[in-house]
Amino acid sequence: MSAAEDEIVRFDNVGLRYGTDREILSNVSFALFPGRFYFLTGASGAGKTSLLRLLYLAQRPSRGAIRMFGTDVITLPRERLPAYRRRMGVVFQDFRLVDHLSAFDNIALPLRVSGVREADLRGPVTDMLDWVGLAHRADARPATLSGGEQQRVAIARAVIGRPDMLVADEPTGNVDPEMALKLIRLFEALNRLGTTVVVATHDVHLLRKVPDSLIMRLDKGLLSDPTGALRYPPRRVGAGE
Amino acid sequence: MKRPPVLDRAAERGLAPLKGRRAAHLLPQARLGGPMPWVIAIMVALTVLAAGGGLALANLADRARGELAGSATVQIVEADPELRTAQAEAAAALLVGDPAVAGLAIVPPENVARLLEPWLGAGNAEDAVPIPALIDLRLREDADEATLARLQTLVADEAPAARIDAQAQWLSPVLSALSALGWMALALIGLLAFTGAAAVWLAARNALGSNRDTIEIVHLLGGNDAQIARIFQRSILADAAIGGALGLVLGLLAVWLLGMQFAALDSGLVAGGGLETGDWLALALVPLGAVALAVLTARFTVLASLRKML
Repeated sequence: MSAAEDEIVRFDNVGLRYGTDREILSNVSFALFPGRFYFLTGASGAGKTSLLRLLYLAQRPSRGAIRMFGTDVITLPRERLPAYRRRMGVVFQDFRLVDHLSAFDNIALPLRVSGVREADLRGPVTDMLDWVGLAHRADARPATLSGGEQQRVAIARAVIGRPDMLVADEPTGNVDPEMALKLIRLFEALNRLGTTVVVATHDVHLLRKVPDSLIMRLDKGLLSDPTGALRYPPRRVGAGE
Repeated sequence: MKRPPVLDRAAERGLAPLKGRRAAHLLPQARLGGPMPWVIAIMVALTVLAAGGGLALANLADRARGELAGSATVQIVEADPELRTAQAEAAAALLVGDPAVAGLAIVPPENVARLLEPWLGAGNAEDAVPIPALIDLRLREDADEATLARLQTLVADEAPAARIDAQAQWLSPVLSALSALGWMALALIGLLAFTGAAAVWLAARNALGSNRDTIEIVHLLGGNDAQIARIFQRSILADAAIGGALGLVLGLLAVWLLGMQFAALDSGLVAGGGLETGDWLALALVPLGAVALAVLTARFTVLASLRKML
């Protein structure tokens, strides 16, 4: 099997701009492979969140081509996008928990959206609460949880459906170093189960915590590849396969 | 840190329904709520009232039209009372034998005088002005122009002062007015439906705005437009059902009370405008229509808004 067939994400000369402003991302080209652990680093404002938004299909690029799970998602009709979103788990920078739902219901949300029966989701959600150490807070609303607890609920929600790819935007930004390390260990554990993990962070100390991780670095919208593992012959859009 | 639970791939990759209680979970209580049930109740009550009025008017017009359709009046306009009576009897004798005529009756002069009493006063009106003799004619078919012309020709020799008119012709302005009122009731129902849909549209947009974060999360977790729309449909369904039931009770009560008031007038024309069993059943369907309209409006509003998202 060739690398191109194996990759689950491929960006070709992707550019993103809002309105008539300058490009936030320019000529971004890379490929992600299954079962790998990626860090996306860069200073604040480098475009990490914008790149992740393209990854979890919250946005279309201004130019370039994006293939996910072997499909061109740029030209894909929007009604077919949900099926691809269900193959991903997302940990948002601000958690984005549903305020009026309990920790249990927040974690159960992806399963409910996917049509899993109530009787079938109770076990997995309870297991997941136990895994993130929040079994005793199952009925708590997000407002009554600490920042670290909310973070763990957000992570549990992102991984409950065993996604093919987990995308996390600054998941350790609001927690102390000890909790940050615990969360990274959670991602590693998930990665060992086969999930591709992409973690955006500006904390360079975290990079050393996952020895086998690959690093993408964004600087003013341009992507560099310090570990060399992302490279593949970039193709120009319109140049043909 | 514990090992992560080895979960089955429980989340199916196809599109699956998000409905019932699980959908209700996603929006906080009173999501469309507030005044919406009351707005729908008022709309349904007014629609029931307008529909009830329209149906009563339609019944009234139909009954009057049906009773008059086969009726005609023969007037003998002759100043000489003896000649007038002779012509009336001759015309009656000729008409009763015609196959188109089901029956006839010469209206007694004292009855005609009584009818004219409000205008000519009590006493011997004949002294003041010649009063025509009248024959009430009932035909087997509708009193069309050809039949009336043929009967006119039939009596022309024996009763040259006779003039035959369809009774429906006299009431045609009244029937036209009733028809106009019926159309007005229909237009009112249309306006109420439009206003109700507009109210639901505003409420749905307001609910979309206040629940935008939840919607975006469900959207990014892979929820499709139909699933998200279903959440709102469920919310408006509850509001519309409560409002519709309340509005139906209020509307039916108002229609019934008005019916009682008109029945008390004891007027032949008004009494003909009552509602039949089928009409009451039709009125009972108004809230169902309102619920369907509200749910569809909410669905299209939400879908239109979601299409603006990727």
